[in-house]
Amino acid sequence: MAEAIIAEHVTKDFVLRRHKTFKQMSVAKMRGQKTVDRFNAVDDVSFTIQQGESVGLMGLNGSGKSTLLKVVSGVMKPNKGTMVTRGRIAGLIATGAGFQSQLSGLENIYLNAAIYGLNEKETKKVLEEIIDFADIGQFIDQPVGTYSSGMTSRLGFSIAVHVDCDIFLADEILAVGDKPFKRKCMNKMDEIRASGKTMVYVSHAAASVQRMCDRVICLERGRVIFDGDVDEGIRVLHYDDDEDGDELALSDAEMGADV
Amino acid sequence: MSDVTTASLPPLVAPSSTMGLLSVFKRSYLLRLLVQREIAARYEQSFLGFLWSYINPLTQFFIYWYIMGVVMGAHNTIDNYPVHVFSGLVVVHFFTETFGAGTRSIVRNKSLVQKMPLPAEMFPVAAMLVSLWHVLPQMAILLIVCILSGWHPDLGTLIGGTLAFAILMVLGTALALIFSVANVFWRDFGSLVGILTNFVRFGCTMIYSYDMLAQHAGSLKWLVLGNPIAVACLLFQRAFWALSTTDPATTLKTQFPPHLYHQGVIALGASIVVLLIAQWFFTKFEARIPEQI
Repeated sequence: MAEAIIAEHVTKDFVLRRHKTFKQMSVAKMRGQKTVDRFNAVDDVSFTIQQGESVGLMGLNGSGKSTLLKVVSGVMKPNKGTMVTRGRIAGLIATGAGFQSQLSGLENIYLNAAIYGLNEKETKKVLEEIIDFADIGQFIDQPVGTYSSGMTSRLGFSIAVHVDCDIFLADEILAVGDKPFKRKCMNKMDEIRASGKTMVYVSHAAASVQRMCDRVICLERGRVIFDGDVDEGIRVLHYDDDEDGDELALSDAEMGADV
Repeated sequence: MSDVTTASLPPLVAPSSTMGLLSVFKRSYLLRLLVQREIAARYEQSFLGFLWSYINPLTQFFIYWYIMGVVMGAHNTIDNYPVHVFSGLVVVHFFTETFGAGTRSIVRNKSLVQKMPLPAEMFPVAAMLVSLWHVLPQMAILLIVCILSGWHPDLGTLIGGTLAFAILMVLGTALALIFSVANVFWRDFGSLVGILTNFVRFGCTMIYSYDMLAQHAGSLKWLVLGNPIAVACLLFQRAFWALSTTDPATTLKTQFPPHLYHQGVIALGASIVVLLIAQWFFTKFEARIPEQI
């Protein structure tokens, strides 16, 4: 088997500027206060994902999941360590794709496909399928800025799954969208997985991770605290605790919301 | 064993790896889409649309033509003054539009920069190409006016015109690169553009002639001639205005610095050096764009 993603000691820090203006900064300097702060959103993370593996990325809010996914996708560069990937990467990061709000849905399809590396001919080949799958009717010719959040993520998901990629990234994709669409998404992702593509799936819904993934990586404050079996990983994060009440557990079990 | 299986697979590479400006031109289809979109979007939701690209330079032209030409009397001292102003304006306007739109380009495309992996150099380069597109109709107007005033182009028109555009495109892209990334961190750079634009506008021999500059500015004229945009402006005026005056031979002798083409080549070389520095600067700070924007 070939490796699809290799992360070696990946660290991504963020600079927090405490002071916004020249005046505030000079005052802070004079008082000897710090003007910038750094914190590691992803801290010394190493893992190897083999081709065809389906890996769940779990952790509480702010644990660095989305930042790590951005490093995998190439939107962000690690400050330290290396991240290498094989082949075309497509997917959604932090609910929703990078759309231009003043452009129509159709124009955004062309633009996003081109960013993923498709040419005009390749885009035209999958255009019908993308529009059909997104199923947003006449809104496809309207500016994306007028879309509801559900429609935006439908279109984004539809583009991402129809791009012929080697690695598929899915971040909280089921957080918005209604039940029929969620079901459609899950079926599509099963298809992607069955076709032997590598998948990295971020979700808080333990049941969907159990269904989709054969391995989980758990993050806490940017560090890997667990890497291995799905059920064990969910236990590590206490996502199997049922103290939230039956209602939540039920909706989760039937492939419901990412809480 | 794994060597056999991986042989046919794409290589393991850093997902964010870019080769700077080179990767922009490697992905020409994406660049074309961005340029088309930008042409449509620059004047989105405005009734007159792309006409604003002409209204802006034309109003400037009439202000200079009237105030400087009629009121201040430049019509009497500079032969064919309207063409002198307009040929300078084409140069100045192309540069200032590239500079201004380029500076705003990355911040304007925030939603893409935060979520999609693409070389951020795409946006300033696209802004430059959009401005170049808007130059075409101005060139058409300039050519018509030149022909009407008895223009006889020579080989220097072709060489000078090409050299002028090369300087403007390279230097415009360079400054757009630096300012677009700086504007992400401090929006102050957006405001600075307005001031610098003003310097460019009055630092070129557009409303005044080279002859006036040489007479009044003394050694200060080297401040103007050290500016590649001013050299591009002179090259452009040499190509269009000088050859449409009543006595081109005298105009060429008195209204242009000696060794203008040498200066043009030096200006282009300097612009290329600035572009290399700009690329270095851009690469240094690019990694922080998605989180700071």
